Amino acid sequence: MNCSRMENKILGYVDGRLKEGERLEMEKHLSTCAACQLRVNEFRAVNVLLDELPTIEPSAAFDIRMQARVAAEPAKQSWWAWFTPSPRIAFAASMLLLATVWLGSRPADSPLSAADVDKINQNMSVLENYDVISDFAPLSELPQPAQGDDIDDANQNQSTNPNQQM
Amino acid sequence: MLDVKAGDEQSFALLLHRYRSPLINFLYRMVRNREQAEDLAQEVFIRVYRAREDYVPSAKFTTWLFRIATNLALNSVRDNRYQRMEISLDAPVTVDAEDGDEKTLDVAEKHPNIEQHLVEETRKKMIRHAIEKLPEKQRAAVLLHKYQELDYGEISKILQCSESALKSLLFRAYETLRVELAPLVAQQGKQ
Repeated sequence: MNCSRMENKILGYVDGRLKEGERLEMEKHLSTCAACQLRVNEFRAVNVLLDELPTIEPSAAFDIRMQARVAAEPAKQSWWAWFTPSPRIAFAASMLLLATVWLGSRPADSPLSAADVDKINQNMSVLENYDVISDFAPLSELPQPAQGDDIDDANQNQSTNPNQQM
Repeated sequence: MLDVKAGDEQSFALLLHRYRSPLINFLYRMVRNREQAEDLAQEVFIRVYRAREDYVPSAKFTTWLFRIATNLALNSVRDNRYQRMEISLDAPVTVDAEDGDEKTLDVAEKHPNIEQHLVEETRKKMIRHAIEKLPEKQRAAVLLHKYQELDYGEISKILQCSESALKSLLFRAYETLRVELAPLVAQQGKQ
């Protein structure tokens, strides 16, 4: 066994984690290699030094905070729970169903007959021109007839046409 | 853990009690900040709690636990989110002595021999510095190997590398420590 092959086994040897065969092989190498023997000794010394590092204890607040965090975790539901309707969802779904039924049962709002549609189409050109006529500026410049004249005219019409009411 | 999976809250409390101290110590040595170590430990336990129903005992629980912890610690070390909060391990730790925590002791009271106390503190400081100087992955490997006493198979699963890669990682780490701690190693050799 050469020194480079030793590298990956040296710590295992120091820890006593090598298999029996590997350990014997290592000891055989160490008996003839002063450099590797020195390294083994120094790794052992490092191991002892690492034991001197002090440990810490969890703070008192750790447990309290941990308990609070666990308590705040939502309860995990199984996949089957997905099918179990919650009261709120069931209520919302039934209200939606009722609204749908009510809207469906209402009579249609004053449906137009084919004859009405024809009449509207015939008068469409007049309706389209209504806005133009109502805002036609020259008409506003015409003198407005007096109200008294309108009444006289009406009386005259009634007197000249007495048979209309008969 | 199987009891926790079955919904036994008491078992989770036991699990917490058993593993919190080794986990906090591991994280403390990884991130070099006590407060951050406790925050990360809480995160580890919460993740375990959340994943309890999906837990499959294909690996040892400690392997799973320290894998979560190592990933969080490595991310945290690489991340500089906590850089502002970092407190050197050399800074005095102001905690209650009742906790049994690491504490800057009253020299006159606890150590009649001040020189001896100073020598001890210097040794500890050198050891801490040597560990801190290791690259993160080497540091994690040494901590898991030395202080958690996990076997190579477990550590290689935690660090997601092959066993031979882990042995190489540990060898390089111990070589660095051997050089960094040379004066103490030499003293140790004389004893």
